[in-house]
Amino acid sequence: MSEPRPVQPARLRAWTVLIGIAAVLVALVAGLALGPVRLPPLGVARELLDLLPGVRLNSGLSVQQAAIVTELRLPRVVLGLLVGAMLALAGGTYQGVYRNPLADPYLLGVAAGAGLAVTAVVAFRSTSGDVTVGLPLTVPVAAFVGALGAVLLTYLVGTSGGRGRSPATLILAGVAVSAFLTAGQTYLLQRHAETIREVYSWLGGRLSTAGWHDVLLMLPYTVLTMAVVLLHRRELDILSVGDEEALGLGLHPQRSRYVLVAAASLGTAAAVSVSGLIGFVGIVVPHAVRLIFGASYRVILPLSMLFGAAFLALTDVAARTLAAPTEIPISVLTALVGAPFFIVVLRTSRGVTG
Amino acid sequence: MLRRTPALVAVLAAATLAVTGCGGGNDTPAAPASASDAAYPVSVGTVTLTEQPTKIVSLSPTATEMLFAIGAGSQVAAVDDQSNYPPEAPKTDLSGYQPNAEAIAGSSPDLVVLANDTNKIVDQLTKLKVPVYVAPAAKTLDDTYQQISDLGRLTGHADQATALNGQMKNDIDKLITDLPRPAGKKLRYYYELDPNYYTVTDQTFVGALFGELGLTSIANSADKDGSAGGYPQLSPEVVIDAGPDFVFLADVNCCQQTPEKVSERAGWGGIPAVTQHRVVALDDDIASRWGPRTVDLVRTVADAVAAASN
Repeated sequence: MSEPRPVQPARLRAWTVLIGIAAVLVALVAGLALGPVRLPPLGVARELLDLLPGVRLNSGLSVQQAAIVTELRLPRVVLGLLVGAMLALAGGTYQGVYRNPLADPYLLGVAAGAGLAVTAVVAFRSTSGDVTVGLPLTVPVAAFVGALGAVLLTYLVGTSGGRGRSPATLILAGVAVSAFLTAGQTYLLQRHAETIREVYSWLGGRLSTAGWHDVLLMLPYTVLTMAVVLLHRRELDILSVGDEEALGLGLHPQRSRYVLVAAASLGTAAAVSVSGLIGFVGIVVPHAVRLIFGASYRVILPLSMLFGAAFLALTDVAARTLAAPTEIPISVLTALVGAPFFIVVLRTSRGVTG
Repeated sequence: MLRRTPALVAVLAAATLAVTGCGGGNDTPAAPASASDAAYPVSVGTVTLTEQPTKIVSLSPTATEMLFAIGAGSQVAAVDDQSNYPPEAPKTDLSGYQPNAEAIAGSSPDLVVLANDTNKIVDQLTKLKVPVYVAPAAKTLDDTYQQISDLGRLTGHADQATALNGQMKNDIDKLITDLPRPAGKKLRYYYELDPNYYTVTDQTFVGALFGELGLTSIANSADKDGSAGGYPQLSPEVVIDAGPDFVFLADVNCCQQTPEKVSERAGWGGIPAVTQHRVVALDDDIASRWGPRTVDLVRTVADAVAAASN
């Protein structure tokens, strides 16, 4: 699985970043302009300009239409951008840390841990009716704690037994931990059938309920994750060559791994906690970036962040327009796009699986 | 998940009941007294009972409510984990969602009542020679009356079942005819099954009842071809844009939704239902079952409509 390949220490070029930023802007505009409710584009633009301090325009939109733009679409697009950025950034980071281009945030148990914790909270809440566990923040908090707990468990299982473990051991540990936690979730769901509806809708991804509070909840973790990962991105290039070489270059490979995994897990957990489970972004986006712009993590990570943001926000536009006035769960669309892409990558790129 | 969730909603929109007043009022000592006037064997559909059942297992909350409302409560030996009404129903940890033939047959019932045939449970129980009656989610009130009447015959309470049906019909008819109708167009409502905006169209049990009260769902265009089974999921912006006159919350117990929370939702503050205080909290259980307490649901909604037209 681990496949040290020669990495040409490519530099991040300005034009690639500009393309990424352009993609984000396109997603932003599309996200605000398109939706199941058709709104006059000029009205939308005026309504948005009106948000700026000191600007007072008459957008001509009704109260409801204005609310759709400023209170639904805007936070939803922003949240989609943040979640997409986090998932893609975390995916790229895990791939670097584990030297496995197929690594994904969810492979380490993030999804299973969050799923179990959310199910437990929803099940307990609906049977107890206890106000203290019925707070609106409970589901995000549970998802967050569950995701981090699962990653920690994976880490403990995967690294116990001392040195000499290959990075692959960790991924296998993640698979085992995931299976175990998912079994627990299935059991809970069966015992508390009345919670199934709420849990499944969360599992399907839920940008549809996005609000500004979700954005605010997520923002600090996003900034922290970005800062840590982007500052360490050179170390990933060195790690990709091998631990010996990294040591030779004066790096503490294990410490770098801890820091990077912790940051990526924190970012993923934050994304999962506000948006539910949205798969494949963490694999597809870094891969596409690697294929197009080169295999250096110096390039992959920042670009994955930008394109991940644009990818998810645009997927969300599709999720709410394709079957309008109903919504398609966003995870269904990311899987529809992601799985075939994943298979193509698997079959065409040599050496991916070692 | 796409295919699964509406099905789940439909299943969940299925449970039990007992009419307040009716259950307690008829104090006929159930089994022995009424056994005399019931002639067995009785056949309903494919079920045949040779004698009056005394150990009934109900895995449907709606059926549980029906059984108690027709005076067959004392014959009920066990009910599923969702049957929470009436309170004296002998609740067990049997699951109606994941019925288990061995667990059910273990209590050697002489009649099992189910709302759906999950896990091929009907076949399995039939092999074990356990009589099974399936009372699936009603699509119309007539289905409800039919199930009550079937259960009445099977349990030896045919007369009480007939009386209950008559009472329900009267009550509902009276609520409908007494309702002051706002002249002109139908009032439009959004009925919330869960916080992810699953709702009902006019083509559902609830939708039809609400239609009788002069209401129409905002979701009809979301399920034109009926592929969502009358339970489509709406985009939130569609709900806001539709500007319903009423919001009915059927996710109060399950998901802690309240009229206050609805008014605080992003973008919802301006819809007529919120500005005119027409967000109505329902009892999830009553709202999702098609049994005797359907009258209570109709009454709640009729009251809301009446208040709005004052």
